[in-house]
Amino acid sequence: MIEAVALSKRYGSVKAVDGLSFTVPSGQVTGFLGPNGAGKSTTMRMILGLDAPSAGSVTVNGRPYTGYRRPLREVGALLDAKAVAGGRSSRNHLRWLALSNGIPTSRVDDVLRQVGLASAANKLVGGFSLGMAQRLGIAAALLGDPPVLMFDEPVNGLDPEGIAWIRSLLKALAAEGRTVLLSSHLMSEMALTADRLVIIGRGTLIAETTVAALIAEGTGNYIRVRSEAPDELKSLLLARGAKVETEADGALRVTGTTLDVVGGIARDRGLGLLELAAHQMSLEERYMELTADATEYATDTAPLAALTGK
Amino acid sequence: MTVLSTTTIPSPAERSRGEFTDVVCAEFAKLRTVRSTYWTLLIAFASNIGFAALAAAVIAPKLSTHDRAQVDVVQLALAGIHLSQIAYGVLGALIITGEYGSGMIRTTFAVVPRRRTLLAAKALVFAAVALITSTVSTLLAYLTFLASLPANTLSGTSFSSSGVLRAVLGGGLYLTVLGLIGFGLGVVLRSSAGAIATLFGLLFVPPLLLDLLPGSWKTDVGPYIPMQAGEQIFVAVSHEAAALAPWTGFAAFCLYAVAALLGGFLLINRRDA
Repeated sequence: MIEAVALSKRYGSVKAVDGLSFTVPSGQVTGFLGPNGAGKSTTMRMILGLDAPSAGSVTVNGRPYTGYRRPLREVGALLDAKAVAGGRSSRNHLRWLALSNGIPTSRVDDVLRQVGLASAANKLVGGFSLGMAQRLGIAAALLGDPPVLMFDEPVNGLDPEGIAWIRSLLKALAAEGRTVLLSSHLMSEMALTADRLVIIGRGTLIAETTVAALIAEGTGNYIRVRSEAPDELKSLLLARGAKVETEADGALRVTGTTLDVVGGIARDRGLGLLELAAHQMSLEERYMELTADATEYATDTAPLAALTGK
Repeated sequence: MTVLSTTTIPSPAERSRGEFTDVVCAEFAKLRTVRSTYWTLLIAFASNIGFAALAAAVIAPKLSTHDRAQVDVVQLALAGIHLSQIAYGVLGALIITGEYGSGMIRTTFAVVPRRRTLLAAKALVFAAVALITSTVSTLLAYLTFLASLPANTLSGTSFSSSGVLRAVLGGGLYLTVLGLIGFGLGVVLRSSAGAIATLFGLLFVPPLLLDLLPGSWKTDVGPYIPMQAGEQIFVAVSHEAAALAPWTGFAAFCLYAVAALLGGFLLINRRDA
């Protein structure tokens, strides 16, 4: 479990992270989302003790990261895949990592095999593509068999096979009871991989929620209905308190009611329906809506609190 | 936890090796898995031994009788140090600035969050590697010098002569401490170019400045400037009146290294990576 409490980081007058509190529970994949510059990477660096918080604290399984003497056994992290010395082979890179934390060096070939780099074990890291570097970074994170894993944009540069692989890997790791934190710009990726979401904007928390709840509370969900008698259906729906708009092709866009109600009215009145469908806002659209709010109300925290449902 | 583990990882308590030993092993593994280490050490060996042969075969026979009495045999034999010191200085700086350059320092700090432990391990590994290689190379250089020296050119060259053994071994000490100054500057400045430029500025600029200043400066301050103080340890018998005694000079040189390392140790925890 990762727990941030009122975590803040100031660079001069710029607040990169401002009073951020959230929890990453074990046994689930938690997605960490936010637009560029929202403070995701800064937060992850603070979790790893690379940057010192200006205020607040963050702990990993109850202890600050810097309190661990052999942290690779506690937290595996991939931050910047290309931040490795290019003159070393991938095996030698993993070897020194293993040695530094008292991990048997026999683990090196295990993780290389696991990430599909066994054939590139003796190749110099400098010649790696971004996708291969990501795999090496993931191998390093898995080295200590840690209960907590953190990945910053792990699908970057991976081919479709690689993306499918990391998706199942993350899910398998969480299913084993590990804590998995995953940052990404790709909301569609989150929809497939993450159970929970921590969404931040401008260094503050916008929402801490589940994927399902996030979609459900979106304002862009509506029912599209096309009828042989649209005007009659529209007045009936309005009488029931629903909101109805007419679209360009004559279809009705209905909110404030359910599919069952619309279908029931049409049946009772004998109105022929040509189309009846629920349009659910995509996670991507919902995410844009949320982060747009963060920008718009950046100086006013009340609407943000309302969105988090607290 | 079964998806990952094909090998069981013993818990720290089951292992006998301490944290510091682990980090030392890791730093040694790092040092010996990059080519730059071998290149710089190769240059140092070639320079020390090559210049020793050159000094014996070409320079020594051409010296006048007066010069033969004035020249220090070990200083002449170890002329290659003027070049090999650059190799050791660069290597010392690179073991830390190279990591800042590639960004790997973030990985290093993440796996060893106790940064002072890390610095101590890096310094220890470098000092050990530098001391062994530089001592072997200066010894080989001096033996080459003796073997290449035409008969009856210089006297007092044997290892039993006054100061010779200390001076030959002193060459290794000088190169090691110089590398540690480079390492300390690298920790403070976090940039390869900055650390290397500062180190060689510190070594080569003060002698030039002193030449421009009044003579009293040269005798009062001159002996304490880094290179002047440090090189006394590889001079068998000094003919310079103002020079510090070998071990005094070396102690002064060590103080520069202590200052650079202390700066690094103080700053390392205050900075974000």
